[in-house]
Order: sequence, then C-alpha cells, then structure tokens
Amino acid sequence: MVALTPIFRKPVSFYVPVVAAIGAVAGLFVGTANGSVFLGILIGAISMAALAFVLTKIIKNETIGRWGTFIALAVIGYFMGGIPAMLIGAAFGWFFAWLSFWLYEGRYRAKVEPYLTPGQVLWHFTFRVICGAIFVFLITPILVIMPLSFNAENFFTFTPEMLSFDPAGYSLKHYRDFFNSSDWQGAVWNSVKIAPAATLLSVSFGTLAAIGLSQPHVPFRRAIMAILISPMIVPLIISAAGMYFFYSRVGLQGTYIGVVLAHAALGIPFVIITVTATLVGFDRSLTRAAANMGANPVTTFFRVQMPLILPGVISGGLFAFITSFDEVVVVLFVGSAGQKTLPWQMFTGLREQISPTILAVATILVGISICLLTVVELLRRRSERLRGMSPG
Amino acid sequence: MSDVNNSTTALEAERAEKEYSGPMLAADGTPLKRSLNKALRRQKLSALLLIAPLLIFVMVTFIAPIADMLFRSVENEIVSDTLPRTTTALEEWDAESGETPEASVYEALYHDIFIAQERKLHTRLGSRLNYELTGASSMFRKSGRGVDDIGEVYQDQLEDLNEFWERGENWNEVLGSDAWLVDIKGWTEDSGTPQPAFEMRDGITELFPQTATYYLIFADFVQNEDEDYLYEEDPWSLIYSAFYDDLTGENASSIASYSGTGAAEIAEAAAAAPSFETVEYKTAFAEIDKDWVALPVWETIRAYSPNFTNGYFLNSVDMQKSADGPEFRPENQRIYGTLFLRTLFMSMCITISCILLGYPIGWILANLPARTANLLMILVLLPFWTSLLVRTSAWKVMLQQQGVVNDTLVWLGVVADDSRLALINNQTGTIIAMTHILLPFMILPLYSVMKTVPPTYLRAAKSLGATNWTAFWRVYFPQSVPGIGAGSILVFILSIGYYITPEIVGGTTGTFISNRIAYHISSSLNWGLAAALGAILLAVVLGLYYAYDKIVGIDNVKLGG
Repeated sequence: MVALTPIFRKPVSFYVPVVAAIGAVAGLFVGTANGSVFLGILIGAISMAALAFVLTKIIKNETIGRWGTFIALAVIGYFMGGIPAMLIGAAFGWFFAWLSFWLYEGRYRAKVEPYLTPGQVLWHFTFRVICGAIFVFLITPILVIMPLSFNAENFFTFTPEMLSFDPAGYSLKHYRDFFNSSDWQGAVWNSVKIAPAATLLSVSFGTLAAIGLSQPHVPFRRAIMAILISPMIVPLIISAAGMYFFYSRVGLQGTYIGVVLAHAALGIPFVIITVTATLVGFDRSLTRAAANMGANPVTTFFRVQMPLILPGVISGGLFAFITSFDEVVVVLFVGSAGQKTLPWQMFTGLREQISPTILAVATILVGISICLLTVVELLRRRSERLRGMSPG
Repeated sequence: MSDVNNSTTALEAERAEKEYSGPMLAADGTPLKRSLNKALRRQKLSALLLIAPLLIFVMVTFIAPIADMLFRSVENEIVSDTLPRTTTALEEWDAESGETPEASVYEALYHDIFIAQERKLHTRLGSRLNYELTGASSMFRKSGRGVDDIGEVYQDQLEDLNEFWERGENWNEVLGSDAWLVDIKGWTEDSGTPQPAFEMRDGITELFPQTATYYLIFADFVQNEDEDYLYEEDPWSLIYSAFYDDLTGENASSIASYSGTGAAEIAEAAAAAPSFETVEYKTAFAEIDKDWVALPVWETIRAYSPNFTNGYFLNSVDMQKSADGPEFRPENQRIYGTLFLRTLFMSMCITISCILLGYPIGWILANLPARTANLLMILVLLPFWTSLLVRTSAWKVMLQQQGVVNDTLVWLGVVADDSRLALINNQTGTIIAMTHILLPFMILPLYSVMKTVPPTYLRAAKSLGATNWTAFWRVYFPQSVPGIGAGSILVFILSIGYYITPEIVGGTTGTFISNRIAYHISSSLNWGLAAALGAILLAVVLGLYYAYDKIVGIDNVKLGG
C-alpha cells in the first residue's frame, strides 16, 4: 500500500541533530576501539552534523553531494588504513549522505500513513532496524563460512591478509583437501548411495498412503496420521536408540539396508505432509472422468493423477532426500564405519580435530541447499498455480 | 414440548409408511441402504489397502524399535539368566534377619559363577550390578578367577587318587552313550558335518545327578560355543566338585553297586571320597571378597532377581531401591533431576528467544507487500534448508574465543582483547546456536497465522481511540496467539530432544538429556538406563505432541511456508 503522504523539506533543527545522534553511535564504536569513548562520540556527532549541514545547505545538489561524500570518505579511509578502511569509509560516506538527504527531503514520510505521529514514525523505522538485525542474525552464520572456507591459513577467523583483500590470504587449499581426502570422498559416496535409496522408499510408500489418506472415508484416520507423522516428532536420539537396540536384535545394525530403512522411516512424514497438502486441491471428478472413459485405476493414476500431484511428490521427495542427506544421529547409531556419511564425517570432524576442510564442505552443502530451495519454491508456486490457489 | 415432538415424528412416520411401501432399491435390485453400505465399505477398504504398506513399514522400522526400547527400560533378565540357581536358592532367604544366606546359596552361587565365567558372562553381570552397587563389578571379576580354585581342590584330590580322572576321553567313556562314542570317534573336523551332539549314557543321570547336569552344560558349551572337539576336552573343575557331591551324596550306596565303564575307578573314588579335604563355599567366597559375606550384595541380587525391574526408572529420577522401598539417592549423587530441569529450562529459554526474535519477523513478513515479503522469506528459508551440521559448524567457528564474533567485538572495543567472551562450550553457546537453528520453525507458523489477521482491525482499533500499545495488545496479539502456540510447541518439542548441537557447542554445562542418553548407549553401555531416560523424554514429547495435535492439528503442519 502506498500512502499518498505529501513530503516536504524539514528544518535544520530536525535533521541535523538526528544525523548527529546516529553519527555519535558510530563514533562510540570507533572511539572505544581507539581508547576514548567520549572523544569518539563527540567527534562522530560533530562531524556528521557538519556533514549533514554542508550537504543540504551549501552543496544542495544531491547527486554531487552523495558521490562527493562517498568518494571523499573512501579516500580518507584508504590513507588511514588501506583497502579495508577504504571500504568501511565508503560505506559510511554512502550511508550518511543518503541519510542526510532522506531526512532533509522528508522522504521517510512518503511510504507511511499520513496520520502517524512523529513518535510512531520513529517506532516504524526502529522496528525495521530491529527486524533487519534479526535477518542479519539468521543469515550471517551461513554467509560468514563462505569466505572463511577460502582462508589460506588453518584459522577460523579472518586473517589480516584476508581483510586487506590480499590474494595471498585466499586459497582453494581446503577444497583440495576435501577432494583429495579418501575419508571425505568415501563419506560423500556413502551419502550418495544411502539418500536416494531412502528417498525412493519413502516417496513410493508415502505417495500411495497419502492418496489413501485423502479418500473421503478412512477409518481411524487420525490415529493412522499420528503414527505416520511420529518419526518427525519423536526426538531423533530416541529413534536412534530404539533403532540401535532393535536393529541389533534382527541383525540390521551396521548394514547398508538398516541405514536405508531407518532414513526412509524418518523421511516419510515429510512426504505424507507435502503430498496430502497437494491432494487437498485435487479434483476427484478427474479420476472419475478417466474411469468413465475406460481407463483402469493404474492408468488413471499414472496418466491423470500423478502428473497433477507431481510437484507435491517431488518436493516431498526433496524433503525426504535432505532429511536423509543431512541426518547424523540415527546413522551414528544404526550405521557402522562402512556407512560413514558426509554429516557423520563432519560431526566427527567437529568433535575431534576440527579442520577448516569442514568449512569447504559446508560451503558446498550451502550451494546444494540453495539449489534445492530454488527447486522446491518453483515447484510450490507451480503447484499453487495449477490448483488455482494463487494468481501468479 | 416432548409431546409435540412425539406427535410430529409419529405423523411423519405415518406419512412415510403411506408413501413407500417397501425399502428403496438400487439399480441392481438390492436395497439402497445395503448397496450404499457396501460401496462405503469398499471405499474404506481400498483406502486402507493403499495405506497398509506404509503403515506396516513404519510399524516395523520405527514403532517396533521404539517399543523395543520401552521394553528394555524395564527388562532385567540378566541376573536371573546368569545366576539362575542362586536366585532360586535366595528366595528362601529372609533379608530382614540381618544374616547372610545359608551355605546352599553360596554353593548355588559357585555353580552359577563357574558357568558364567566360562561363558565370559560374569563381567557383564558385574557391570550391570555395578549400576546399583558400587564395587560389584570388581567382585564378580575376582570371583570369576576365584571359583577355579574352589573346584581344583576336588580336581587335584581325584587326580592324585588316579590319573584316570585327568583325561577328558575317560570322562566321556564313562558318561557318554555307546552310540555317541562311536559317532564322535568317527567324526573329524574336515568332514563338514556338525559334531555329533553329546548323549548321556543310560542310568548315569539317576546315579550321578549333579555330575550329569553340569556335564551336559559343559558338553553343550564345548560343542556349540567353543566349537572344540568334546571327546578330547578335559572337563571343568566344576565337574569334579559335582562328582564329589554325587559320590558323598544320597546315592552313595547305589554307586557302590555300579558296574559300567570305569567301575573300578569309580569304586575307588567312592571309597576315598569321604576322607577328601572339603571346601566350605561360604568361607571360600569370603576369601575371594569379604563383601560376599556382607548384606548389600545379597540385597541387590535379590532386588534385581525378577525379570522386570523399575530400577532403571528409579535410577533416572535419582532414586534407588532399598530395603524400605524406593528412596532418593544421596544429594551428591543426584544428576538426572538437574539434567532434566536443565533441559527443560534451556528449551524454555530457546523457545522464548525464538518467540522474541520470530514475532517481529513474522509481523514484517505478513505486513510487507508480497514481492518484498517473498524476497525476505528467502532469508528465513535458506537457513531452514541448510544442513544442520553446516549451521552448527558455522556457530562453532564464529563463537570461538578467537572466532569472528569475538574478533568483531574486540575490534569495536566492546570487550577487551584479554577478556574475550566465553560463548562456546557452555549454555550461552547452546542457546545462541539452537535459537538460530530453530528460529525458522517459529517464524513459519507465526507468519501463516499473521497472514490471516486483517490489517484493518488494527486501524479500526486506532480510529476508535486505542493507543498503539492497546491496539496491538488487545486486538492484534490475541489473534496471533495460535501462531505463537503452534510455533512454541514445535520449537520446544524439537529442542528438548536435540543432540547434535549441544554435543558440539554445549561443552559440559550446555548439554541436554539426549547427550546423556547417547553417552549411556555408546560409552557406559548402560542400555537399560538409556532406555528409561529415553522413555521419560518420549513421554514428555508425546504429551506435547498431543497438545500440538489438539491446538493446531497435525494435518496443518506446513513446510517451507
């Protein structure tokens, strides 16, 4: 919703103090880093207030003002501390110049309702800053490991070389380690052998059962559903313990088949949930029409029903796949050294001799997750479009 | 009122009778009701047939293991399996009397431990009883070595009397049946067939009941467990003591008239036996370990003789069995209560921080224009789809003393370089990492509930004069409570059973009950206790699962938005 709030220029007495206050916060950090808190706040506030004033009252032209500040602070930063400081300076310059004009022109009002009081507007933006911080919290761990995996040293933090963008600080050494280590390659191979088999099992059984469950008259539907969903709810350690005890009794502990069965059981709830969700919008008269035209139930299933619920089946399968591919607790107990999967190898690595190779593996896995996420999202949208649930 | 009802129904029935003179028929002539019922039954059956394969699969691969684990938490056959004679003999013993059991119990114990140590089972029983009584493990290990000496007293005397008794062949000739002796002598290991099973000579069982019993056990052990050639195997010293018991027992007179193989040697032994040096079993066990003549070990054995026990459950709530029923352990031995409380407390902390962080995100996603919201949704879904281990390793790397978080804080001057924060291997680490890992599970249900709250309600409240806070607290918040409930239960259920993340970032103070369960399965091998702890955890989770089903409905679980 775009509110038609009229915007107009604000007086100096409003925006200069606000920019000064934000400058003071920035100065606080710089000040503490250099040993003097008070001086930092003071310099930050004064310099930023002056900047805001100069930009809006003396330069006036926004394009020149913003580019000028951006370049000027980048240059100052470069002379103070090389490339990293230059980037920080540039970011500062861009931000404060933008902020000054944003406040000065009153643009912050443009997209909020006209009747809000100044306090409410302040809260509106504070809230967005808080949300932004939470998004940063969500995404940072995933973003941080990516550059760290190119570290030339065996450290888990950014080395000075990395911060100054010195090519010597970066290398593909951890990736080479990963591709040359027989442990890691064996683990990858095991994961690749186990996950598809488990997925196939849970998808084939799960789709059938989901179709059965979405029939109009199913006796004990609730109880059956509760049982089928339970592998997702029961804590993994309990599943793992039970399976370890039981599978050792029947001789499946430490075998490939045992791990596949266990993973298939864990993946089933995801298939059931996604496929039943797809079936909710399925038009049953289509199967009746097919039957009417002489198709037997098997043909009806494969030629009519399956193509329509395929997106749901595939995304259920992807969930089952990622469950198995990512699972470590159950395989830790049910498997033996011969079934050491990638997550297991990572787990041992994290527990015993943590090496940066793990970060390289993690980065590769994040890449895989991004691909899977994209596929699932595309499928979900396609399925919603097919069922006419969303206009897009 | 009821009169009126009655009269109208009566009227309707009358009318119905006039209009339809017979039951309504379907096209094929069967009554419609029956035909419909049949169709319904067929539908139900076909639905069940479609579900059946998966249901059976889940039952076998998942429900059966859980049931097995629950069974293990009360199962306790090891004591009565390993010490069958002792537990039977001990039934007579009166624990209240304050006296150790009588000699017959010690004799039974000698037989049991002898057989157990040959099968290498006594140490297992020792470690089992050690969970209940400290020191039991070493007692059983010592006794396993000691019982040989007891038997050897008789073995030496018999062998001194006549070298005949030294050789396994001679024993087999005396005790084995003629047919078996022919078979076993003709058998060689290369023949590929299994060793002919031992058969007792007729009459031996009546004449030498003890010897026969233990020789059968011995023969079975040698042939089936050790897979050695029985004919040449020298018997255990246990056989000698049993033989002595038979010679001096009530059959002594009939033994004198024995005339089968080895009659001369047996007669000689029978004559010499009464003058043999004997062993007092009780004293012998007292010499092995003086705890055998103390009460605690016998009370423990007796308490754990039944095939089922609540001992593991008592143990997992910091209690123990005692003569006066269950009681709490001494203060300094209570660990599981603290651990359960810590698990609950930390799960609560994680749930609350997920609510605090997830609520604003849910709100902003639900109130932004669809395009922006979809973009921001990726930031929520990407962590959700990223491998758990990737996220855990990222936190392990970031939270280290020399990690990214501490480096940034030092660089910003928030903390001094020499007082870096300890963010990992403690509760803080677990809570931070798990909040991050479980946050999407809070955001997604919150988002789907908040999406259904019309924004006009808030505006209406404000136009009626509510302040921002009142409008939020009295109008918006109550409508978002179902989302909070669903998300909280989901996050709480997931966090209470977490294993991997606490194991890696939790150190010693930030671990959960799951880590203890894993420890008991793989390190201390106290499977019963692991199963009991698991059963308690399972009960808690199932209770929450039930609540979740009531509040949200298990069909309404949504994945990926």
